[in-house]
Amino acid sequence: MAADHSHATLSHDAEGNVSPPEHTHPDWGTYKWVALILTVLTAMEVWIYYIPSFTKTYLFVPTLLILSAVKFTIVVMFYMHLKYDAKLFRALFVGPLTLAAFTLVGLLFLFGHLKISF
Amino acid sequence: MGGEHPPTSTGLNNTKVAIWAFIGSECFFFASLISTYLIYRGRSPVGPFPHDAWTDPATGHVFKAILNIPVTSVSTFVLLMSSLAMVLAHSAVVRGDRRSSKIWLASTAILGATFLGFQAYEFTSFVHEGLTIHTNLFGSSFFILTGFHGAHVTAGVIWLLTLLFIDIKRGFSPDEAINVDVCALYWHFVDVVWIAIFTLVYLIK
Repeated sequence: MAADHSHATLSHDAEGNVSPPEHTHPDWGTYKWVALILTVLTAMEVWIYYIPSFTKTYLFVPTLLILSAVKFTIVVMFYMHLKYDAKLFRALFVGPLTLAAFTLVGLLFLFGHLKISF
Repeated sequence: MGGEHPPTSTGLNNTKVAIWAFIGSECFFFASLISTYLIYRGRSPVGPFPHDAWTDPATGHVFKAILNIPVTSVSTFVLLMSSLAMVLAHSAVVRGDRRSSKIWLASTAILGATFLGFQAYEFTSFVHEGLTIHTNLFGSSFFILTGFHGAHVTAGVIWLLTLLFIDIKRGFSPDEAINVDVCALYWHFVDVVWIAIFTLVYLIK
């Protein structure tokens, strides 16, 4: 997935120094492949939902969560260009997202939906 | 992104920094709504339930499982395709291809509106089947979560139509691509939130 369609900009800091390019964007081919992968992953999610023998196993929920996480990451990396963008943007998104995820898991533990047995 | 921006202390475009900070705050907003849904999941004493049928002991009326996975799968596909249309719209603006930018901006808005149509159909059918925001814990948390997501999609569609209007009226130069870029980032965020909702609410039993 090459990022050959570059239209990065040179930006300047307060002193007028030139900074590295903010980002480059993927090309149409990359976007097409991303859309295809997202469609296939969504179809897989729905497909396993309709397999009764699989939905009863312990693998059902982790499989769905992994597929969902992969879709989430692909959209963020390629459509939102975080893969090619400045590190500050990555920090502004990944920081709150991580904190929110920990809060969510913490609340599920607090309300007894998740348990650790020793 | 296209075009240069005035000097900033970070060397980055302030508008983009602002939209990423906003998206970061939205992560907390939707995490709180998803947490609420998951905490109340399976704790409704009365139905209708999302994945299981329920018989009302007072009336003997049987309520079938309320979620319609095939319909929601199609609406999920529509939203994913709207993200593709959005990146193509942004790419067209950056290239200075005014004809394509109009087509893809309009396509994104139409696909977003279609998703909202699916949601309106879903909400209406739920109400007809006996599930409202007041019925049980599932109804309350479900309508609040998906309703707020729908409100975000509505705001996105209005934003897209505004950009389309400007594009038709005078067009965007490549230097103004940041205006489409920030809208695209918001739109893709709404898409990734739906990716999480679709799995956590609709598919996990």
